Amino acid sequence: MGLATKSGGSRSEGRLLSAILVVAICLTLAPVLRLFVEGVTDQGTPGLALMGGVLSQPATLSALKHSLITAGFGTLVSLVLGAGFAFLVALTDLRAKAALVFCLMIPMMIPPQITALSWTQIMGPSSVLLKTLGLAPPLGAPQPLYSAEGIILLLGIQHMSIIFLTLRAGLRAIPQEVVEAARISGARGLRTWWQVVMPLTLPSLAAGTAITFVTALGNFGIPAMLGIPAGYATLPTLVYQKLAGMGTSVLAEVSVLAMLIGTVAVAGILVQRFFQSRQKVHLVGATSRPLAIPLGAARLPVEILLWAVVCAILVLPMFGLLATSLVPAYGVPLRLDTVTLASWSEVLLRQPVTARAFANSFGLALGAALVLMALCLPLAWLMERNPTRLSRLFDSLLDLPYALPGVVLSIAMILLLIKLPFTEATLYGTIWIIFLAYLARFFAVMFRPVQASLKQLDPAMGEAAQSVGASLFQRLRDVILPLSAPAAAAGAILVFLTAFNELTVSALLWSSGTETLGVVIFNLDDSGETAMASALAMTIVFVVMALMALIELFSRRFPKGVVPWQT
Amino acid sequence: MADISLSSVGKTFAGAPALSDITTRFEDGEFIALLGPSGCGKTTLLRLLAGFEMPSAGQIGIGRRTMADAGSGAMVPPERRNIGFVFQSYALWPHMSVRRNIAYPLEIRRLARAQIAEQTEAALAATGLGAYAGRMPSELSGGQRQRVALARCLVSDPDAVLLDEPLANLDVALRASMQGVFTDFHRRTGATMVYVTHDQAEAMAMADRIAVLDRGTIQQFDTPQTLYERPRNRFVAEFVGRGTVVPVQAVEATDSAVHAQVLGARIAVQSGRNGGGIDHVCLRPENLTITETGDLRARVARVTYLGGKYLLETVADCGTRLLAETRAKFDVGAQLGLTITTPWAFSED
Repeated sequence: MGLATKSGGSRSEGRLLSAILVVAICLTLAPVLRLFVEGVTDQGTPGLALMGGVLSQPATLSALKHSLITAGFGTLVSLVLGAGFAFLVALTDLRAKAALVFCLMIPMMIPPQITALSWTQIMGPSSVLLKTLGLAPPLGAPQPLYSAEGIILLLGIQHMSIIFLTLRAGLRAIPQEVVEAARISGARGLRTWWQVVMPLTLPSLAAGTAITFVTALGNFGIPAMLGIPAGYATLPTLVYQKLAGMGTSVLAEVSVLAMLIGTVAVAGILVQRFFQSRQKVHLVGATSRPLAIPLGAARLPVEILLWAVVCAILVLPMFGLLATSLVPAYGVPLRLDTVTLASWSEVLLRQPVTARAFANSFGLALGAALVLMALCLPLAWLMERNPTRLSRLFDSLLDLPYALPGVVLSIAMILLLIKLPFTEATLYGTIWIIFLAYLARFFAVMFRPVQASLKQLDPAMGEAAQSVGASLFQRLRDVILPLSAPAAAAGAILVFLTAFNELTVSALLWSSGTETLGVVIFNLDDSGETAMASALAMTIVFVVMALMALIELFSRRFPKGVVPWQT
Repeated sequence: MADISLSSVGKTFAGAPALSDITTRFEDGEFIALLGPSGCGKTTLLRLLAGFEMPSAGQIGIGRRTMADAGSGAMVPPERRNIGFVFQSYALWPHMSVRRNIAYPLEIRRLARAQIAEQTEAALAATGLGAYAGRMPSELSGGQRQRVALARCLVSDPDAVLLDEPLANLDVALRASMQGVFTDFHRRTGATMVYVTHDQAEAMAMADRIAVLDRGTIQQFDTPQTLYERPRNRFVAEFVGRGTVVPVQAVEATDSAVHAQVLGARIAVQSGRNGGGIDHVCLRPENLTITETGDLRARVARVTYLGGKYLLETVADCGTRLLAETRAKFDVGAQLGLTITTPWAFSED
């Protein structure tokens, strides 16, 4: 506060900053703090007895082991796929890179439970697609994806985009001259890659790997859809099963589990931060045109291979989903005489729960996008102009609710809101707890693009308005808002997109009447209504792709660093 | 009335002093230039006047109002100071047309629509921007953008106009014509103008008085002529105009004249303090004449053609580098004699 008035020169800015900062901190960091307090106390008194008890249960240990195995090997799969694509796309003269990048981003944007659902539709004995093609394994054969390997494969595919993005950003920061200098010195092909490019990209590769591991660890949709039928529990599914089975009586116990996931995740985040800071030191200097090393005769085969992989991991599962959604009953092969839109019309038009879920998800996503925009726009600008010690601390922590596994945030939210301070009221079971959790979780999704665009804004823009007499509100309305509107719009679409599909947070926070789309798909599949689940999932995939295309369409108007897949 | 007064103003950034103990006064209607090398604190001083920064010490007053007082912590925010500010980057709002950029200060002041239109038209006409009123800033050239910035800050009739290196981003030819625009505007409006620049030619051409800053303090605050002819210290002597500062070996003062021993020769000098305590002289090219029987011998080290005349960089026998101007061409390596005529002598503290 003291610093704000001295450096910024405007006291009204300092006051507004403090006010919004308090709201933002309550929203994002209070739940995390509350969870921490719960973990280190035992029924209100400080003590670690409960923690010790829960941590020594065999179920906990086995779930921890499963979490580490699936997240670890899943990350490895992501690393192979993501790094392979990133090196080829960023360094060589492949054609149609933009289309390739867009396709590789889709797995990240499609919610994990839909990924899991779509993959189960192209494998196993009851796969409609396989039946149609006559390739289905005999009835009674196991679904191969209901296993640790299945979870690993899908986690790997789901998160390959993260590795791809971080590595590609790192590669694009390498000045072309560095590689050209190596080539002029006589280094060729793989040698340039191994001795020049690799050392320069290791930090971004390591940072991407760490954050992928954290994301895979927190993934709920995939281990829930694949692991629960197989009796293979990871930490997030264990928390879900305990809470769903026994309600809030086990809250203290699942808090410890959430703390356990949180601790592993924070370790991963610290590793990521460490490598990210090293990368900045590495790559100082002008960056010029992106690299385009000619592949020569290998170009066409490589292109065919890459697109084949895209087909296998993206198009094929979607066809499986589409096929399942078009049959009258799960297990019937798709033929001209069996094709029907019954599932679509049932799930989209008749089921009241879907209509409710659409309304809930739409309202929650839109509300979160709007509230976060109203909050982040002034906050990002004020933090940029009047940095205080508190605002810098907040800046370094605000990613936490997004980076931490959704299960952790959900438990934290329940703890914080189950009994509102000084009242008997509770928000648990209402839509508001989901809404507040979304605000916390997607704060960074909104804040970072806006911040990136405001960092590029000439500070004189605001000062010029100030010097002609514009008050703080007038400056925000007339200058800052219009100039950062594209970034804010991109951020808002991203928040909408992620919140619209969200499952992990709402899976633990929903109750009858407050279902979200993610929950409905999960429940439909759980209760055997796979055809309806597929139809709903297909609808959501279309919505996601339409929104992504919308961002892509306007991407030229956004400042650099606003669209996450164009870093 | 918009005279600007500063008393003991200081500013530190995170403990590092940027300005210290600035006490001065800019009179109403004066064109003041703040001149100095980069990092000297001139922009900080301007931003203090504008209110973008709060002084760490001292008071700033504009007209009868105290704008900032570090003692009491009171400060009038920039938006209530009624000053104009022209930024080096122009800071035109890219989402507003030229007309709206200029009209915006009037909108803020809630003038009647007709009055806004009328004053905006007047400002557009005065800056010769009438034909560009409907364009967006991105469609203008550098000089046109600068005119919009100037029109925007003058439209609301500010008490003082602060300009932060406004010509730094323009090419040489445009700079000269924009200097004309600024001086014309100053003459017509009579506003107090404070102009920050690191270009002494710009400062000399436009300012009534120039404050030379170095390392956060005002080294000398005088008219351009006085700064050039009677620099107060070594920094000013070397920063303003061409010249070499040479130590004085001995001083002899009589009632009528002061003589000093410079580079082994006894020469008459001018000084503000009648010989007392002077220890350096400033040798400008006009103080040196090339004569065969000169006071000292020198060798030509470099020749630069200035158009119509040559600048000779010579090395005297004692190793001192001296600058002389001639109309005749000399070759590098030529020996010549130099006569020193009444240089300015001062005391280096």
